[in-house]
Amino acid sequence: MGLVLLVVIWLITILSTYFFIAKTWWLPVGASALAPAIDHHFTTTFIVMGIVFVAAQLSLGVLVWMYRDRKDSRKAEYSHGNIKLELVWTVLTAVLFVGLNLMSRDIWASERFRPADPGAVRVEVTGMQFAWYFRYPGPDGTFGATKPELEDASSGGEGALGLDAKDPASKDDVVSGIMVVPVNREIEVILRAHDVIHSFFVPAMRFKQDAVPGLAIHMHFTPTQTGDFEIACAELCGMGHYKMHGILKVVSQDEFDKWLAAREAEKQ
Amino acid sequence: MATHDFAATASHAHAAPQGFIRKYIFSLDHKVIGIQYYLLALTAVFVGMYLSLLMRIHLIWPTASLPLLGEIKPEAYLSLLTIHGTIMVFFVLTTAPQGGFGNYFLPIQIGAPDMAFPVLNMLSFWTTFLAFMVMLASFIVPGGAPLHGWTGYAPMSALQSSGPGEGLGADLWIISIALFCLGALMGALNFITTTLDMRAKGMSLMRMPLTVWAWFITAILGLLAFGVLLSAGVLLLMDRNLGSSFFVPMGTISGQLTGHKGGSPLLWQHLFWFFGHPEVYIAILPAMGLASQLLSVFSRKPIFGYKAMVYAMLSIGFLGFMVWGHHMFMSGMSPYSAFTFSVLTMAIGVPSAIKTFNWLGTLLRGRIRFQSPMLFAIGFVSLFVSGGISGPFLAQPLLDIQLHDTWFVPAHFHLIMGVASIFGIFAATYYWFPKITGRMMNEGMARWHFFISLIGTYAIFMPMHYLGMAGHPRRYSQLTEVAYLHRLIPLQTFMTYAAFITIAGQFIFLFNLIWSLKYGAKAADNPWEATTLEWTTATPPPHDNFGGHTPVVHNGPYEYSVPGAPRDFVMQTDPEVAATH
Repeated sequence: MGLVLLVVIWLITILSTYFFIAKTWWLPVGASALAPAIDHHFTTTFIVMGIVFVAAQLSLGVLVWMYRDRKDSRKAEYSHGNIKLELVWTVLTAVLFVGLNLMSRDIWASERFRPADPGAVRVEVTGMQFAWYFRYPGPDGTFGATKPELEDASSGGEGALGLDAKDPASKDDVVSGIMVVPVNREIEVILRAHDVIHSFFVPAMRFKQDAVPGLAIHMHFTPTQTGDFEIACAELCGMGHYKMHGILKVVSQDEFDKWLAAREAEKQ
Repeated sequence: MATHDFAATASHAHAAPQGFIRKYIFSLDHKVIGIQYYLLALTAVFVGMYLSLLMRIHLIWPTASLPLLGEIKPEAYLSLLTIHGTIMVFFVLTTAPQGGFGNYFLPIQIGAPDMAFPVLNMLSFWTTFLAFMVMLASFIVPGGAPLHGWTGYAPMSALQSSGPGEGLGADLWIISIALFCLGALMGALNFITTTLDMRAKGMSLMRMPLTVWAWFITAILGLLAFGVLLSAGVLLLMDRNLGSSFFVPMGTISGQLTGHKGGSPLLWQHLFWFFGHPEVYIAILPAMGLASQLLSVFSRKPIFGYKAMVYAMLSIGFLGFMVWGHHMFMSGMSPYSAFTFSVLTMAIGVPSAIKTFNWLGTLLRGRIRFQSPMLFAIGFVSLFVSGGISGPFLAQPLLDIQLHDTWFVPAHFHLIMGVASIFGIFAATYYWFPKITGRMMNEGMARWHFFISLIGTYAIFMPMHYLGMAGHPRRYSQLTEVAYLHRLIPLQTFMTYAAFITIAGQFIFLFNLIWSLKYGAKAADNPWEATTLEWTTATPPPHDNFGGHTPVVHNGPYEYSVPGAPRDFVMQTDPEVAATH
């Protein structure tokens, strides 16, 4: 039985580890300025915890096999433990865990402790059951007022957001069903939700943030590759949660300016 | 007042009841109540497992028409998910290890004739039973069971109009949880008082088996955590039905104003997780205590570092109340708070690592007997390591950006608080079945059950990590809408097949349980040659546990292979060898 356990535990360990190391399924392509740092720290944590995982499982297998009851005259050792070993192990894990944590702190701080650059491209992202809408402030650089009582989900676009047409700042606001942003510029995202909590998740940007009713949450990220990237809702928001997705289109600055100008023109 | 001679004072004693109803239904006997809790959890786990099977089928064959049920709609998937999670967390993981085995064996292991408050004990079971009935009722009311997940995030859970199931079904869901909290609070009071006040002579705190320590600490966590959830539940009911706005800010559903304003959705999350994180330890601590116990018994060796184990459990319990914010890194909570919660969460990994180290240390130079309880204890250690290892990923906000609310999270908590705890329940069942029923369970069936469960568990839950890393959000009822999920469907299919086999394996356990009641080999009073007090009494134990006398304790609980002793175990009550430690 000891040998069977050893084989089963080892096989499970080796197979699980193989699929991680072979990267059969791994993090998606990273396309933001922060992605390499996150991925690097993920890999560091993965290696450290991977070693702990493999070492613990393999020793479990070896121990149960080596110290099986062999019906010989050997007695089990009478020992209540070893304080010195205990302390060494405790200090080691404490250093390891807190160390990992401190390593990631600076990256977290650089991402979340500071506001977006003043020159960032501002996009308001609003989640509602079960769609995302994206609003750009237009040439005046100011978002027009929105009012909950004006919201009309069925009309889509500006109506869905409840844009107040009487506010002069709203005249040049552009509302879109896809999110278009220029590459290599910082994007300031202002997250809102109308009804329940949604979560704005762009795996390729290593970006996720809940959109919470009653709050306007300011975040930022910098895309570094052009292309279309999927947006998914990551917080359970109701029966249509699985289909609340969208497209983030990262384009050159030129294309972005043209796209925005065209949308402005459509509106006038 | 830590020790009493209960045979002399008999202040808590109550006569053995004669009628069927007082003996088996509204019983005051902690042993009967323990079995009642166990049977409730057993029913609940099969219900919960059936729901998970329906979910797995729906994910792979979304339009399949099932016998009796027809096609599972996307929203029904969310109802299944909500009730699966709630039933498993509350009515299985909290109920079986604590209410079931804790109730039955805590008094016996400390040498007491019953719990401190037998009537309260009975009430706590029947409140829990009622809670379970109310939970099941949410399925059959118009609109069905709620969609908001076991975490019930507001405002979705606070607004009747946020989706199907958010009407009466959601009210019943909240009422059920509130009732459960009441039952758990009564139970916690009982466990704490009993442990502190009713220990037999010589049963000092540091001679208590680690199972007793685990139940005791779990009870303290329950006392502090369930009260908060109960209050949060009441506030949520008021938001839903009385027009208050604790958790709901001004907003609209499909363009219609909800009429609420000024509430905070994050307040719900803080209250919920202030309960929710300690709850994780409420589920796993009894299994930790049990694994420690069994590894020592079946290795024929004292537990490695008894005191370290006690202090590790105490610090897990203490730190467990300071880490709830790690569920909220992406919620809009301050990033500074996130950092603090992160450091504390990493710190809680240290006592968990100490425990793992000590479990391995207990096996070292032992003489391991591979009987069924030991197989599951070894399986527990393996699962605890595998589930624990993903913790430090999720505990770092930086990595949580990618992993939060993906399948990586269910992978983590299913392994560690789900299946590891359930392995604890299995181990406890095989271990104590002989004492409770007087018969042994069948070892051959137990081995099949063990290997199918262990391999099956890994086959189901290991791939969830890969899904999460690839950015697969959890709680998606269909995998076809988001393009990048398509390539992950084969993994999902594999997991569904693995679930079929693993669930089939559980029927071996159920069959063994029923078959052994009648056909199991007759059990001796101490079949495992263990040292704790339950093995000193008759099988099954009499109404007052020790047949009129109160045991006197002379030894610690883990005196195995003591040099010079006549046998390789020394009972806690054995005065002869007391001098050896």
